[in-house]
Amino acid sequence: MAIFPIPLDRWGFFTMMIFAFLVVPFLANDYWISSIIIPFLIFSLSALGLNFLTGYAGQLSLGHAAFMAVGAYGSVILYGRYEVPFLLSLLGGGLVAAGVGALFGIPSLKIKGFYLAVSTLAAQFIIHWGITHSKWISGGGVYATIDTPKLYLLGWLLDTMMEKYYLTLVIVVLFVVFGKNLVRSQIGRAWMSIRDMDVASEIIGVSQFRYKLLAFAVSSFYAGVAGGLLAFVYYMAANIEEFHVHLSFKLLGMIIIGGMGSVLGSFLGAAFIVLLPIFINRLVSGWGVLFPVDLLANLELMIFGGLIIFFLIVEPFGLARLWLTLKDKLRLWPFPY
Amino acid sequence: MLFALEVTITGLLVGLMYSMVALGFVLIYKASGVFNFAQGPMTLFAAFALVSFLAFLPLGFSLVGVLVIMVALAYVVERVMLRPLVARPPLVLFMATIGLGFFLEGLTQAIWGTQPRGLDLGIPDTPFDLAGVFISRMDLFGAGIAGVLLFGLVWFFQKTRTGRALRAVSDDHEAALSVGIPLRRAWTITWAIAGVVALAAGILWGARLGVQFSLTLIALKALPVLIIGGFDSVPGAIIGGLIVGASENLAEVFLGPPVGGGIKDFFPYLLALAFLWARPYGLFGREIIERV
Repeated sequence: MAIFPIPLDRWGFFTMMIFAFLVVPFLANDYWISSIIIPFLIFSLSALGLNFLTGYAGQLSLGHAAFMAVGAYGSVILYGRYEVPFLLSLLGGGLVAAGVGALFGIPSLKIKGFYLAVSTLAAQFIIHWGITHSKWISGGGVYATIDTPKLYLLGWLLDTMMEKYYLTLVIVVLFVVFGKNLVRSQIGRAWMSIRDMDVASEIIGVSQFRYKLLAFAVSSFYAGVAGGLLAFVYYMAANIEEFHVHLSFKLLGMIIIGGMGSVLGSFLGAAFIVLLPIFINRLVSGWGVLFPVDLLANLELMIFGGLIIFFLIVEPFGLARLWLTLKDKLRLWPFPY
Repeated sequence: MLFALEVTITGLLVGLMYSMVALGFVLIYKASGVFNFAQGPMTLFAAFALVSFLAFLPLGFSLVGVLVIMVALAYVVERVMLRPLVARPPLVLFMATIGLGFFLEGLTQAIWGTQPRGLDLGIPDTPFDLAGVFISRMDLFGAGIAGVLLFGLVWFFQKTRTGRALRAVSDDHEAALSVGIPLRRAWTITWAIAGVVALAAGILWGARLGVQFSLTLIALKALPVLIIGGFDSVPGAIIGGLIVGASENLAEVFLGPPVGGGIKDFFPYLLALAFLWARPYGLFGREIIERV
């Protein structure tokens, strides 16, 4: 089957690409690029990684942010301390994260559901401690922060926002195309069979050991690359405090709202979460009433939590399913019978 | 040797307080098969509510006031969240409680702000001397409350009609319905009890650390307790809590210095991972046999 079975999707994808590569740089100013579009792209990538594990393979993870942290520190250390070229150190950070992820995925062979949630949460705390307490990793800096050195890609200094935007965009697009193909491949189908019924999938010959660990490794690899990008182009530093357990929950919220088991859903969810605070801000400032900042942040938390519950009740497959329904309707429109 | 004993006892007393939080999880899990991730924010919520009542009411009235609020919360949660999610996979319910947790965190801080508040119960936090071993009065008080609560809950679940009905519900929703147990009321009662436990935990931890946002993190500390004790066992929660409290304290004091300290934050999780490997259903958990 083709990657996009209907023309609407195919053209939609190419239009999005043209839009992202050629139109966005002219429309958006530096503020939009640096504080909205780049984090949106990076969090989408990370959410996609979590979606492989939770949405496709059905293994709940509450430690995704920790794997991002491993990738961030890994790539910054490789690049800054060992002078590995940028792309290689990004991939290297991802690979380290994949290894760590697979390690913490081992318990998933014996347990599932809530028990697995606790063991991934253990990953979160152990990794946090490991990074802050190891002088070799954190460099002994204040709050375990390592600043990223200047970013050279193949000898070319990337310092403007536009260059960083293109770098992020290219990497994210490559990973998404790879991911979209991965979930259509034998591997993706094996994951879905594990998610839908593990006993049956074992009987038809899907090795649980292999595919569960693979799901953890791939998911953590994506998380690691996203973490590395976050450190290099967004925070300009690898800082453990940015990868707290709250981020793990937030990523889980993204894929619930966006749509579990859907590549598109990871993007919709990330866009939703990144844009929500801005939207609330605009809405409130439109009323002309000045709210204190922390009240807005709390309002955001409440809406976020409420939406998670709302989507679980009303539309368990998230925004992506809404889009699918709309598409199906449009294909038959205007004569549905 | 005396020092080690002191460390152990302090750890055990703190452990009982972990047990209190873990108990909230166990109760909801037992009665509805839901793993309630919102227990931490519920603790925070109850503690803040108590502090604000205490500003103008005596302790007794304040407790009643918070209890009323927690029961109302249980009712709303059942009506808005649980009822539409009947017969959905447990994992969906679990994620819904994560959403509820976010909501409650936002609500609590929107109402009461992020400033830590003190909670004074009038118990001096001075240690007393018991045959050469120093024990904190506060810890002892907390352990006492935990003990009373535990005894009450075990009695409730084993001996009363309602308690038995709740256990039947957790065992099999449909079978419980067919013998005439009202499912919705059972859930409301369970969440109300969890609210009460959250209040008790909120009081103890609030008096110890001050009422502040980090109370929600204590709930995360309770998870290893559950793994070690078993998800659906009340005695397991208590013994798991004792093991966690004592071992993390001992580990911090005796293993901590060479590796730079801070072991306490994750040692319970390490222990839990070991348990998951060796005995996945915990010390007292009911073993669900599932062979692949």
